[in-house]
Amino acid sequence: MIPKTPHSIPDLTSQIRRDIIRMVSAAKSGHPGGSLGSTDFLTVLFAEFLDQDPARWRRDGKNADMFFLSIGHISPLYYSLLARMGYFPVKELATFRQLGSRLQGHPSIENGLPGVHVASGSLGQGLSIACGAALSKRLAGDPHRVYVLLGDGESEEGQVWEAAMFAAHHKISNLTAITDWNGQQIDGPVEEIGGVGDLNAKWTAFGWRVLECDGHNPDDIRNTYRKAAEPGDKPVMILMHTNMGQGVDFMTGSHKWHGKAPSAEQEALALAQLKETLGDF
Amino acid sequence: MTNTGNKDTRSGFGAGLYELGTLNPNVVALCADLTGSLKMEKFAESFPDRFFQTGIAEANMMGVAAGMAVTGRIPFAGTFAEFATGRVYDQLRQSVCYSQANVKIAASHAGITLGEDGATHQTMEDLALARALPHMTVVNPCDYNQTRLATLAAAAWEGPLYLRFGRPSVPNFTPVDGPFEIGKAWMIQPGEDLTILATGHLVWEAYEALKILAQKGIRAELINIHTIKPLDEKAIIESALKTGAVVTAEEHLVTGGLGEAVAGLLARHHPVPLRMVAMEDGFGQSGTPAQLMDLYGLNAAGIVAKASELRIR
Repeated sequence: MIPKTPHSIPDLTSQIRRDIIRMVSAAKSGHPGGSLGSTDFLTVLFAEFLDQDPARWRRDGKNADMFFLSIGHISPLYYSLLARMGYFPVKELATFRQLGSRLQGHPSIENGLPGVHVASGSLGQGLSIACGAALSKRLAGDPHRVYVLLGDGESEEGQVWEAAMFAAHHKISNLTAITDWNGQQIDGPVEEIGGVGDLNAKWTAFGWRVLECDGHNPDDIRNTYRKAAEPGDKPVMILMHTNMGQGVDFMTGSHKWHGKAPSAEQEALALAQLKETLGDF
Repeated sequence: MTNTGNKDTRSGFGAGLYELGTLNPNVVALCADLTGSLKMEKFAESFPDRFFQTGIAEANMMGVAAGMAVTGRIPFAGTFAEFATGRVYDQLRQSVCYSQANVKIAASHAGITLGEDGATHQTMEDLALARALPHMTVVNPCDYNQTRLATLAAAAWEGPLYLRFGRPSVPNFTPVDGPFEIGKAWMIQPGEDLTILATGHLVWEAYEALKILAQKGIRAELINIHTIKPLDEKAIIESALKTGAVVTAEEHLVTGGLGEAVAGLLARHHPVPLRMVAMEDGFGQSGTPAQLMDLYGLNAAGIVAKASELRIR
């Protein structure tokens, strides 16, 4: 485990949430809701668990942990987190969604953004890619782990369950998958739209070791990542219970901020709730 | 050139893949429950650590292959051409091509010569689909020897590559050691009066057509376009400049295949009268490969007929 930041988790998450609001507001588009909801557990993963040296990051992930973001639409969080961890300059966050930027609306590798292994955005594909990377690491005798973040709404995609079957069948135990279980998707609450149902029962039935976690509680998050990395012969799924829009009161718990930018007034209201801890970009 | 004995192109792939296994420890193979059909057994048995059975889940297979490619492997992902394109188009687009993942798509049982299984499995659209993907290289070899060489070349080629081959036993006539170079057309026979550009199973048919045309006093030039993308533009334009008339021949729909690729190229650079031997819009049906190729005019007689239209003008 490499300590990569001198900043505390609360300072990081507050600044990252500010970045998310400011990036989406400046671009007048993007996905703030899921970004805010995944901030806490993803920040703990990058700051305390992911064995990666940002200065020596390699796209092939050799001799390092790898992280794949299957829900590419939470790119504001992904980009802010990578920048705040030192993968690329923080000032680059100002280019989000602009012509010629490395920070495309959804993650791309075309212009070589450190920290990003593959493109994502079209849903359902990340778990399969993570399986391939994890198998490749096993074949190489590389003991590092592969992490992938899915969404609960995304789990309506059939390919997710193809990959679920495949990972258990091939005993891909160096894989930790995380589902952001915020219960919301673009058109409304997940249980009204697609009905993914009991995700714990489903992943357990597919042959995975399933852990549940309060995705906003740093101690619970740490304990769960530790448990997930314990030896076993099954892939691990962490079901992260979160609130979409966490950290901004008028965005919390609603699907309405899944893919909408705040107005200037709303931006000010949101930023008033989030302390500037590390300096805005 | 002579036929050294009929063989299936898929066996050329299987032989090439096994050789790659012995030569390059980074080569891995994946298959979606069609290991026997794709002649991948020898690789699977010889290199069990590097062979991954994915079950009947092609979308997942393409993603797994992309993940392996990102980590430095050279994965060959094998299934039928229909499932290697239409079924997994978005996976090829995002996880493979847009992610610049060095995945080799091994697409067997392509075209109408799949035969008796019928239209559900006879993709005649796959070249169009594969061609349309940014960064995708598209290779359609013509016999066992060329498919083996194309497989070896695919592993050395950097970037996503669609390798198309077929099910039936067909004449094996190209030299065992080539020439074969991805992106470089192969001049089989120079001629003055007419250019025939042929790919895949139609190359042997075009070679047969040369003899019939010669009897009519037409000295046709035959060029094997095994790489559909990137097209060897120079070779095609030079030949069109020389002969002033072109026939394309492929086991594919007219839409988006070799013929339209050549038509687009020549329209931009040197328009000449052109005819396409390809299937008109529609689905195939059950039948023997020979019956189907006859029915849709995808054979030497069909090539001669199209060539005759040109000479009449």
